[in-house]
Order: sequence, then structure tokens, then C-alpha cells
Amino acid sequence: MSWLAKLVTWARIKSPWIIHFNSGACNACDIEIVASLTPRFDIERFGILLKGTPRHADVLVCSGPVTRQIKDRLIRIYEQMPEPKFVVAVGTCSCSGGVFNGCYNVMGGIDTVIPVSAYIPGCPASPAAIIDGVAKLLGSLQGKKPDEKAEIEAIVKKPLEAETSTNG
Amino acid sequence: MAKVTIPIGPQHPALKEPESFIVTLNGEKITNLDMRLGYNHRGIEKACEARTYVQDVYLIERVCGICSHSHSTCFVQAVEEIAGLQIPSRATYIRTLIAELERIHSHLLWLGVAGHEIGFDTLLMYTWRDREAVMDTFAALTGNRVNYGMNTIGGVRRDFTKEQLADVLKVIDICEERTKYYIEVCTQEPTVINRLSGVGYLSHEDAMRLGTIGPTGRASAVDKDVRRDDPYLAYKDLSFNVITDTHNDVFGRAVVRVLELMECYKMVREIIARMPDGPVTVKAPRKIPAGEAFSRYEAPRGEDTHFVKANGTDKPERVRVRAPTMANLQSVAKMLEDNNLADLPIAIAAIDPCFSCTDRMIGVKNAGGIKDTVRWDDLRNYSIKWYRQQGIDFTGLNKKMANRQE
Repeated sequence: MSWLAKLVTWARIKSPWIIHFNSGACNACDIEIVASLTPRFDIERFGILLKGTPRHADVLVCSGPVTRQIKDRLIRIYEQMPEPKFVVAVGTCSCSGGVFNGCYNVMGGIDTVIPVSAYIPGCPASPAAIIDGVAKLLGSLQGKKPDEKAEIEAIVKKPLEAETSTNG
Repeated sequence: MAKVTIPIGPQHPALKEPESFIVTLNGEKITNLDMRLGYNHRGIEKACEARTYVQDVYLIERVCGICSHSHSTCFVQAVEEIAGLQIPSRATYIRTLIAELERIHSHLLWLGVAGHEIGFDTLLMYTWRDREAVMDTFAALTGNRVNYGMNTIGGVRRDFTKEQLADVLKVIDICEERTKYYIEVCTQEPTVINRLSGVGYLSHEDAMRLGTIGPTGRASAVDKDVRRDDPYLAYKDLSFNVITDTHNDVFGRAVVRVLELMECYKMVREIIARMPDGPVTVKAPRKIPAGEAFSRYEAPRGEDTHFVKANGTDKPERVRVRAPTMANLQSVAKMLEDNNLADLPIAIAAIDPCFSCTDRMIGVKNAGGIKDTVRWDDLRNYSIKWYRQQGIDFTGLNKKMANRQE
């Protein structure tokens, strides 16, 4: 790897920008994705920022099975994202279609429409699972195996400490 | 000034779910709002017919990931009515407890989203942090943060110990303390008052005419609450006030929701104090006898109704879901008339929309004499008639073509 490529990878891992897209989910996974951005889990401490437009995003976080009506929009949003781009499927529905598999208006998992880099199962996937899945995706960018995590200082140094007190 | 049409959605930073709003603007003022739904339509009602009743409980729970208990309770209530099951009183109390905890988490969630839409992200971070305490309670009580899987036909699937219920009370104390602060923020903070007052105005007459329900309607003095008007579960034993407000705007809707939170805490304490002992489930038959039932439930967003028709087998013949957002959505167009474009996100957020609940399919049969399907022959005859009206007749040409082919 040339030093420039290394630099780009370093920058990408330090601060991946994500866009969230609901492709027909029941809201549970969406709420958990937003919950992972709020103080308890605070995914922003890893430099992960939620963006409003696909043109600024590196990672497309999808939740829910792909309905027939949303299919074309999902492809359009995927195509609008700049290269290199990664797709994370959050929740059992987006991994495989889940309970909605076989419904007349459901295509199935996200991977029936666009390529997926990371699957996070769960109904809904808990914020801790989402953070773990994203960390593994970032690890794979460094050429690590799926069971090894990214060498992000924040992840190594700060284990996930759930803040229990709610006063103040 | 020329009118401008702006499409908002299906993917838009101001919207959390895929839905499309087509806004017609005159300058900064909204003159018309058109909605396009159905991006979230998964065909749950049809899928219910292909699954057994027990499987349906879990499928119906996934209609919505915020008010999942509302939908599953509403469904099992209907099924139990058809089967003539009398569920144990401890089970009704446990269902009511989960229902009220769900209302707490849903209203706290709404408060955060409303704060985010008006650029007050501190409120989002505060409320969502406190909401985590409720989510932990859910995880401890039911085993999952969302989609609790508590209901089954004939009762609930888990029983709670005294220690677990004592822990709930501790969480309720913390949340009540925090909610007092949020009431102060919502009713005294000048930025919130100035931003929300007069936005999304919906008069009492319009609210009645458009059939708004839930906190949206109650903020326009529509004094309706299924918990009081048609008590289900354990609500007839509980004492609570139905909060109404006469501000008729987004500010009123925020006030109704934060004050409802205080009622929820009161109710949770009462439920735990009165929790009867006994079994939590009765044996339900696998095949439900033929019959039909209509069930009502006051979900956090308003009245949720389910209709179930059974035909004597282990699968329902028809399931119909009417989610509260469906009733409230029409009022958004009225609320936004002559409002600024910048008020659109908060006005939409103020009804607490849940489009995954709403996206059911409705077929309209011969409404107003218009055929909903057009056959190929009809289309061809229509085109021949249309061309004749224009003075063009292909009849002679068609005959010539037919002769040549022969």
C-alpha cells in the first residue's frame, strides 16, 4: 500500500460519514440507529457522523426489507454516493427479509437490490450491536479478518461504558 | 409571484421515514401540500392471512417498532373476543404496565425529535438519554428493547417478580424528576415557546371535521381518549386525567404530551400497587371459532383499531389495521396552509407520524362512477371514440388492412 493510500484509509477509518435510509422498516431499527447517536452510546466518539445527503456519505446504513416501491429509490441513492462506498444492513429484515419474507410487496433483504458489506442481525439490532458491526466493517478496511476489530484508538482505549446515571 | 413546486422525500434529512410530500410554494408560503405514501407498504394484512394466529401476533407486533405493544395487544384483544377467552387479571395488568411504559418511551422520543426539528438538539440528547432508562427497564422486564413479544393469545408470556416491579418504580422516579424539568423547558423556555406557538394551527372545528385523534386532536380540545371512553385492559380500575389543551398549535401538542407523561407515571405506580396475583395465561384453542371482532386501543399516537374475521381454522380470514397516523395525516395539509416552508418539518413531526403503521393498502371500488380498472378493449374503444371526435376515422383504413392480410 502506498503512503497516500494508507493516509486515505486512515482518514476514512477515523471519520466515516453515514447516511441512514429506511427501506421499509418498522421504525425499530431506525430508532436504534438514532439511539446509538445519542449520549448513552454516542457513536460520534468514533468520528461517525450522520449526514443528510448521500453525496457526502461513505457508508449507507439501511434498515428494513426492500419494498417494491422503495427499490428504485434505494438504487438511486446508492448510485449517488461517491466511491468507495459501503452498505451496512441493520436488522434481520434488511439481512434476509425477516418476518416479511414472502410478502407480495417485499423484495427480500438489501442484498437482493444492492451489494452489502456488513450484516447486523437482530430484531431490532441493539445500538451495541450496531456499533460492533460498524467497527468490524472499519476493521475490514484495514485488511483485518471479521473477528478482528479496527485499530481505532477510541475503541481500544475506551470500552463501551454504559452511562447509568440519568441525573443532571 | 410564480408558483414553485418542491418535492420533499422519499429520502430527505427532515424526514425519518420514506414518504413524499409535494409542496407548492408562493414565495415562502405553502399554498398546497400533496402527500404520497406507500413506500413502507409491506402487505402485512395479507401476510396475516397466510400465517397462524400465534405467528400473527409476532408479525403484527412488527407493524411499528415504536408502538409495537399497541398493535399486538389490539390484535390479541380482538382474537380473544372471538374465541370468548377471559384472560387472567394479572395478565391484563401486565399488559397495561407495558402499554404505559411504551407511552412514556414514545412521548420522550417525540419530545427529542421535536427538539431536533426546531434546531434544539440539546433537548434531543437529554430526552433520549433519559429514554434509555425506560429502554433498560424493557430489556430487564421483557428481554428486548423494542418488539417485546409479551403478548400471546390468552395472556402474557412472562411474569414479573416483586423485585423487578420495584426496579420499575425506581426508573419511574428518575423519569418523573426529569419530566418536571421538560415541562419547565416546554412551557417557560422562550425559544421553544416562540418557535412552536402559532405553528401548524388547527382549529377545533377543523380538528373535528378531519377526524384527528390522540395528542394531535387533544391539543385542539378534542376530548377523546379510548382509555376513558371505552375502557379496555385494566384502565377502568385506574384513575387518570385526559389532558386537553386549547392552544391548537404545535406548542399545545408538546404541552399535551409532556403532561400526559406525568399521568403515565401516576398510572404505572397505581398498576404496580394494585397488581393482582395469579396465573398470567389461560389455554387458548389453536383454531379460533368463526366470528369477527373490532378492537380499539389508545396507542401513544391516538386510537389504533384492528378488525379480525375468523373462519374456524387456525388462520384468520381477514385482518384490518387502522393506525392512528392514518387519521391524523389529513390534518397536516390543513395545518400547513399559508405557513412557511421552514415550519414543514416540525408541523409534520408534531402529529408524531409513523408511516410504517400507516402504509396499509385501500382499494377503492367504483368511487364516483370511475372504474378502478380499465380493460384493453375499453381503452381501444375509448381511443377510437376520441379520434373520431378529432375528425380522424380509421375504420376504412382498418378494413383495408384486414382485406390485405386475408
